[in-house]
Amino acid sequence: MKNLVILGAGTSGTMMANHLVKKLPKKDWKISIVDQCETHYYQPGFLFLPFDIYTSKQVKKNGKKFIPKAVEYINEKIERIVPEENNVQLANGKELSYDILIIATGTDIAPEEVEGMKGPKWHKNIFDFYTYKGAKALRNKLREWEGGKLVVHITEMPIKCPVAPLEFAFLADSYFKNKGMRDKVDITFVTPLGGAFTKPRATTALHHLLEEKGISEVTDFAIERVDYKNNKIIDYADTEVEYDLLVTVPTNMGDSVIERSGLGDDLNFVPTNKATLQSLDHENIFAIGDATNLPASKAGSVAHFEAEILTENIVRYTKGIPLKDEFDGHANCFVETGNGKALLIDFNYTHEPVEGTFPFPGVGPLQLLKESHTNHMGKMAFRWIYWNMLIKGVHIPFVSATMSEKGKHFEEEVQ
Amino acid sequence: MEKIISNKTISVNEEGYLTDFSQWDKEIGLEIAKEQDIEMTDKHWEVIDYIHDKFEKEEPLSIRGIKKSGVIDIKEFYQLFPGGPLKKATMIAGIPKPKSCI
Repeated sequence: MKNLVILGAGTSGTMMANHLVKKLPKKDWKISIVDQCETHYYQPGFLFLPFDIYTSKQVKKNGKKFIPKAVEYINEKIERIVPEENNVQLANGKELSYDILIIATGTDIAPEEVEGMKGPKWHKNIFDFYTYKGAKALRNKLREWEGGKLVVHITEMPIKCPVAPLEFAFLADSYFKNKGMRDKVDITFVTPLGGAFTKPRATTALHHLLEEKGISEVTDFAIERVDYKNNKIIDYADTEVEYDLLVTVPTNMGDSVIERSGLGDDLNFVPTNKATLQSLDHENIFAIGDATNLPASKAGSVAHFEAEILTENIVRYTKGIPLKDEFDGHANCFVETGNGKALLIDFNYTHEPVEGTFPFPGVGPLQLLKESHTNHMGKMAFRWIYWNMLIKGVHIPFVSATMSEKGKHFEEEVQ
Repeated sequence: MEKIISNKTISVNEEGYLTDFSQWDKEIGLEIAKEQDIEMTDKHWEVIDYIHDKFEKEEPLSIRGIKKSGVIDIKEFYQLFPGGPLKKATMIAGIPKPKSCI
């Protein structure tokens, strides 16, 4: 009997457990999955929680429900991975030996990386919305906030879901309009990038939306510290931005177990082959989702596409067949733009998001890089798809793991 | 597009970044720096050496990486290359603009 161990039961780990239980012969392979947290969070919902669009109940469920019965579910903290001995040490002193290890430990916020961020004002007038706790605290704050300067801020790249901060700004615009207090709120979007997004075509489209909604932009802002006493953020070039309410996306880092095990880069992400998902340092260790250092978006959709290719590669690895080097960095993200509309972007390592239709070329029904109500309905429907199909490893029809170039307007692409 | 700099023809993209690193030499770096109103000192060149080293090893450049470089701290980096230090330093170094693009 051989052992396959999955570390992390978030989006990626849960999908892998569901895929592999169907693919690996039960008489030969025992699959285990380890997570310290009993709750599985629907992380895309953290964007909606602060605005009372989702309730706290809608974004969390018991994680065990989504793990197949044939997979051993271990609810324990991971102390260390010891690749030389092919085993994983758990916090309760137990050890798990593995023949194949899949690292799916994700990414977390590290507000302590910036001076003054996680100080006395943390979750008072400085908030994150990338954690359940942060999103919920922010919801309570927004319910009673009387207005002023709202600053939506990105600390440094890479971050999970690079469009989420923009969506937050758009939804904030709608939220305050609906509350009849938009005139009392000044919204500024502050980013270390040269523009609203990481890809030029989408940046142009999103910039227009920011303008349209009266949201100002501060770009190329590399934060040095938060002056929480005087309510301002200051960057290395001494640019200052004042806030009354700071909603920041702190530095994103991989799990500390990666650091303890000496398996990560500067940000604790696992150096991973970007086409096969095998770790660069150990042939029997694979990585998926936010835990990797791939130059792709850290997003559930990316993890979903990776999972299909990684499953194939794990099966190949067990049979001694060369791995498929097929992952192309495919990402597919809805971008909420407020007022019941959204746009959709579909891109990969080499192709930036462009206009077009999805998933059926020339038909849609979803419009790429254009605001529409249908796109918004797509995003809302996605919560159901997530809980009922995606993490259970059920194939989502018409959406392939590698990006399709059909129905897209690449000819106008700018270099 | 092509551009003539210190009597040499080099190819650059529309933002002014060299498209072929093999065309780069120190004089070209110096001229590009002048266009950016930067007067190069030994410290500047130390940073350019560090950038070339990372480029050869195909390691991505980032502000965070600068902090750990041991060559310079971030504050100083901003003073040497005011207004977008990574963008300016990579242009002078003759390598592509870094993508923090993910």
